[in-house]
Amino acid sequence: MTPEMLIFIIIATITLGAAFMVVSSRNLVHVALWLIVTLFGVALLFTLLSAGFLAIAQVVIYIGAIAILLIFAIMLTRRTKEDVKSTFNSNWRWALFIGFLFFTGLLVILMNWSGIAAAPPELDSRANPVVEIGLALVNPNGYLLVFELASVLLLAALVGSIFVAWDRRK
Amino acid sequence: MIPLSWYLVFAAALFCVGLFGVLARKNAIAVLMGIELMLNAVNINLVAFWRYLGPQDITGQVFTIMVFAVAAAEVSVGLALFISLYRRRGTISADEIDLMKW
Repeated sequence: MTPEMLIFIIIATITLGAAFMVVSSRNLVHVALWLIVTLFGVALLFTLLSAGFLAIAQVVIYIGAIAILLIFAIMLTRRTKEDVKSTFNSNWRWALFIGFLFFTGLLVILMNWSGIAAAPPELDSRANPVVEIGLALVNPNGYLLVFELASVLLLAALVGSIFVAWDRRK
Repeated sequence: MIPLSWYLVFAAALFCVGLFGVLARKNAIAVLMGIELMLNAVNINLVAFWRYLGPQDITGQVFTIMVFAVAAAEVSVGLALFISLYRRRGTISADEIDLMKW
């Protein structure tokens, strides 16, 4: 048991516990706060995987933008008496069953896969991953097209969400 | 060093927790949060495979950034729909969103 493994176990336990609170807590504001804990745990796992840029992007984009957007939407659509009622729909037992089934299926597939014991290769200490990502994103033989498609998608989502949320009665 | 299987099992567990949230929650915004959990599980898988199977190739990280962009777009459009719906119907319970059934 190396210190890294211990750190992984602690982070994984906290993240999974927070994820369980996200799907089971009644108060929606608490749900959003637990979601932030989960996202932060995932960012820590990215650092353990030596993907530092992604960890920063996770904190900035997910926690800084998406989670705050979710909290705004929760507060705009909130009715406090809904906290008292059941938070699950009538099919939640089936949902639990499907979740367990899916998890066992994934475990069986993973255990039968031969690449599961792969050891991580050494990272090239001179390479700068941030520079590599930047160059790959603007390289026409790399991911330039995907990058442009993502920007068009974001613009379309921006215009679309303004149009959908517009109050036409005023 | 942490074995690759730990990351994969953790991501599978996170994905299934998110799946349960999507299928079982009543509130539409809580369903959206379940989708966020599932997308995060996928991101962990992508980064873990990048680190363990092909760190000379930056593909795994670039794909994760694309998932970030798609998740942001999905959340913004979804929340705009729910806010518009709340204005018209006064509810965002997934059980009561049945306008398309008319």
